[in-house]
Amino acid sequence: MAATMKVDIVSAEEQIFSGDAEFVVLPGIMGELGIYPRHTPLFTEIKPGAVRMKVPNQEREELVFVMGGYLEVQPHAVTVLADTAIRAKDLDEKAALEAKRAAEEAMQNKTSKEEIAQAEAELATALAQLEAIRKLRHRA
Amino acid sequence: MPSSKEIRGKIRSVQNTRKITKAMEMVAASKMRKAQDRMRASRPYLERAFNIAIHVAQANAEYRHPFLHKRETVKRIGAIVVTTDKGLCGGLNTNVLRLVLSKHKEWTAAGLGVDYVAIGGKGLAFLPRMGGNVVASVVQLGDRPHLDRVVGPVKSLLDRYIAGEVDEVWVFYTSFINTMKQEPRGGRVVPVPMRFQKPSGELVKPESAAGSWDYIYEPDARTLLDGMMRRYIEAIVYQAVAENMGSEQSARMVAMKAATDNAGKIINELQLIYNKTRQAAITKELSEIVGGAAAV
Repeated sequence: MAATMKVDIVSAEEQIFSGDAEFVVLPGIMGELGIYPRHTPLFTEIKPGAVRMKVPNQEREELVFVMGGYLEVQPHAVTVLADTAIRAKDLDEKAALEAKRAAEEAMQNKTSKEEIAQAEAELATALAQLEAIRKLRHRA
Repeated sequence: MPSSKEIRGKIRSVQNTRKITKAMEMVAASKMRKAQDRMRASRPYLERAFNIAIHVAQANAEYRHPFLHKRETVKRIGAIVVTTDKGLCGGLNTNVLRLVLSKHKEWTAAGLGVDYVAIGGKGLAFLPRMGGNVVASVVQLGDRPHLDRVVGPVKSLLDRYIAGEVDEVWVFYTSFINTMKQEPRGGRVVPVPMRFQKPSGELVKPESAAGSWDYIYEPDARTLLDGMMRRYIEAIVYQAVAENMGSEQSARMVAMKAATDNAGKIINELQLIYNKTRQAAITKELSEIVGGAAAV
């Protein structure tokens, strides 16, 4: 039996996946990452996309879609701290402004920059989801 | 003595109220279970995020992250106040707002300014009346807390912190202890205390011993630490919101149960009065008839 490591994918809202895996592929911010057990400690950011896991005694790979977040690798454990939604600087800014605006109860028109950021984030989600679906179909 | 018709009407009205409070009690009971599950679900994320953030901070001592750096002089405080949107949940909001008020007085007496962020409608309504300066708010959170609803108000306060406008960030919320007991709590979140409080109240030090090993960082430690810290703070606030919702539902369930019981008592009392007046009316009529017959 091949060596395994513990994989946990958690977001602030829920536990997405927890179990053992022989091999994990994640969409790192600097490029796709393939992690085997006994990997050196690594800490990086991940992009929205699919996380693939080779689970022992299972022909098919587990596929989990994440909205980006952070990845911590320890020799025997992989932890993904997943975001619950696509994060972009302009979007966070927009949320902050909205909260402020709600408090001030003053109405302001949206700027086009914010709209573009929102559209881009939606597009990124859609593309990543499509990619995950395509991978699933490919194997089915 | 009120007429028997009047009492009948009153009984019916109390019965209707009881139906409503009973329904609300049952709705709250079912929502409470889900809210409690959600409360627990965010624990692992919080614990992991804390351990990683502290490890990264300790391993990179040359970079002092602003969220970990304690400021010498504190002039202004940012406070996040988590309350419910709806009422009918007993003394839940009153208790947490009383705590906020006492802290507010303490801070004001010490010459500190306070900026408030209101999460939930009750706080937003109360804070300005207390004389608090509300800089951001989010209301109508619904039954499910969403992290993205929390991000905006938290960011607005963290940005103020980084800009040096506020020197500490506090969070006030109602902590869920069990179904019968909820406690208002307030605590400092920024600068980040170097310990982690478990739900049992037990304090945990970060597990990592700095220096023995370190991560490979991609792209670099600072960027990652910045992002991780923000998410950690957001997760704390999210946890506070989730816990507040669990508290809200159980407080509402208990309050509505008490209301239902009270309605039952009132109905019994009214029923007794009704029976008495009915009997009195019958006796009166009978004596009138008898009296009439004797006269003839």
